[in-house]
Amino acid sequence: MNGRRSFLRGFFAVLLSGGAIEGVLKLIPSKAYGKEVARTGKWYGYGVSVDKCIGCARCMDACKNENNVPREPFFVRTWVERYITRKNGQTIVKAIAPGDEAMPEAASDRTILRSFFVPKLCNQCANPPCVQVCPVGATFQTADGVVLVNEKTCIGCRYCIQACPYGARYLHPVSHTADKCTFCYHRISQGQLPACVEVCPTQTRIFGDLNAAASPMSRFLRMNKIHTLKPGLNTEPKVFYANLDGEVR
Amino acid sequence: MNPEIIRTLQELLPQIQGYIYPNEIEIHWGLLIVVYPYITGVVAGAFILASLVKVFNVKEVQPLYRLSLLTALAYLLVAPMALVSHLGHPGRFYEILLTPQTSSAMAMFGFVYAWYLMAVLLLEIWFVHRTDMIDMAENSTGATRLLYRALSLFSKDKGERAVAFDHKALKVITIVGIPSAFLLHGYVGFIFGSIKANPWWSSVLIPIVFLFSAIVSGIALVVLLYMIITPLTGGKINMKCVDKAVDFLFYAVIVDFSLEMVDFIHRVYQSEEEIKILSEMVMNKLFASLIIIQVLLGMLVPLLLISLTKIFKKRFGLNEDMRKMVYFISVILIQFGIFATRWNVVIGGQMFSKSFRGLTTYKMEFGGIEGLLYAIALLALPVVILFVLLKVLPPWKELREEGEAGTEALGGAGM
Repeated sequence: MNGRRSFLRGFFAVLLSGGAIEGVLKLIPSKAYGKEVARTGKWYGYGVSVDKCIGCARCMDACKNENNVPREPFFVRTWVERYITRKNGQTIVKAIAPGDEAMPEAASDRTILRSFFVPKLCNQCANPPCVQVCPVGATFQTADGVVLVNEKTCIGCRYCIQACPYGARYLHPVSHTADKCTFCYHRISQGQLPACVEVCPTQTRIFGDLNAAASPMSRFLRMNKIHTLKPGLNTEPKVFYANLDGEVR
Repeated sequence: MNPEIIRTLQELLPQIQGYIYPNEIEIHWGLLIVVYPYITGVVAGAFILASLVKVFNVKEVQPLYRLSLLTALAYLLVAPMALVSHLGHPGRFYEILLTPQTSSAMAMFGFVYAWYLMAVLLLEIWFVHRTDMIDMAENSTGATRLLYRALSLFSKDKGERAVAFDHKALKVITIVGIPSAFLLHGYVGFIFGSIKANPWWSSVLIPIVFLFSAIVSGIALVVLLYMIITPLTGGKINMKCVDKAVDFLFYAVIVDFSLEMVDFIHRVYQSEEEIKILSEMVMNKLFASLIIIQVLLGMLVPLLLISLTKIFKKRFGLNEDMRKMVYFISVILIQFGIFATRWNVVIGGQMFSKSFRGLTTYKMEFGGIEGLLYAIALLALPVVILFVLLKVLPPWKELREEGEAGTEALGGAGM
């Protein structure tokens, strides 16, 4: 009797202490206590030269065509924001749309301090919060670092949409599953460029393997001062911006 | 494609203030997700009230014991309905249980829920009613007899040892149940609190605030139900019991209010980059639901009313009807307040842009799955389930603890 009792006591002690600690450690993402493993193979990234963007919105058009994104303005995988900062410090932001009328000439407006366009898309975070929260693992990160959604298993709970700090996700009105930029995974796996990069007339958008020694992408990272969006959230975006203004969030 | 969605979003376009990301115009978690934490909150709160009797030996609220357990069960059964029906693919909900992702707070819901339902609530209710069910099986015939035999899992032992075991089991279940109830609703808070992308939600305090607001809503709802059901079934409200329950309610509201104030002061004092857009949202979009309903009507007025009964003890002590009225008004106000709390968390968290530059609007639908009618139906359903549960497992004897032999028979027949 005593033997059994002490065995049980020991058994539960192990369960409660060791087991519990291990369980907690498992919950902590590996990033919190381990160094990031050096990556081999492809690790895709994306570059945006803010100064080169002219706001023509061809990327938005190309994306909608290529990826069957609904035409309505409420569902986008990539978009372009126009920033106008006035001399009084006030900043006005507007998302441009493919059919928009031509923008009024800013140079003659003496109240404008500076004005620029910023293309946005899914940041394909190395540490993606959307993947962390997906209850069924329908959102996942591929070995080459692209975050994708499996529309066959996505249950449409929209938790990932809430978890994305960049507003990159939407619920597809036809499939009723989460949808977002895939870096045109069907194209890049064939060695082609994403549609938005392909059509950009000013080479604002650059795409490539971050591990490649010589490529437009590595040259972009070498030649520019780089910033990412909301770095404080530790999402480690893989969309890198050159000459990004502090007003951009 | 559903043209309805497009039309709704089109209507929202002119109502956007400032700049929002293009994908942010649609509020993804609507009324159903407001209903969900409200309902789980009631479950946790009602269970905590029940455990006051069993664990903390608060004898005065014994009449509420069975009622609060059955209330918790009735609401718990409805909780997942709100969740499942808001999914884009309700038919795939089982994926959460079959292929859960352990890093997701939401994936754990199935397990927390199953644990709470099976290991805590059903077990406790079964042990509480076991001997009664045996009695009822003995005193009935036909289908009813079979029903109670089945409900009691064909146990027949009413001996001293069996009853003693029932009591022992109940004690253990309740002790396990309290942390489980905390887990159930604290976890709901964590679903929101762990979203670092959203500064309105992302707070360590959120699970705790959820917990205390749960306790508030649960106790208030059981007291409200007791005050309605008892006279309807011909009983007399036991004021000692209500006084005590309202006492606990009063302290819970104070703790809840303090926690929310701490959160508020902390945010304003730290004044991080999102403070401008959040204060704009509170003043423009949430003024009625947050300042008026949640804080003023849902907390301060009930606190004031209940304190009045404490300050003017003599006057209120003599006048039971007056006290009853004050309590009745307070618990109703508290229900609205807590519902508004859930609204402000869920809807408020999606009304401002994550660019911190603008606000969108939530347009509630009337019909349809995300509509008002369905939400009202979901809120009414637990009451219907409770009605059935009260028929099957009548708590009348306990509700009228104070030896009202005359009304007991009448009451049993009345409901």
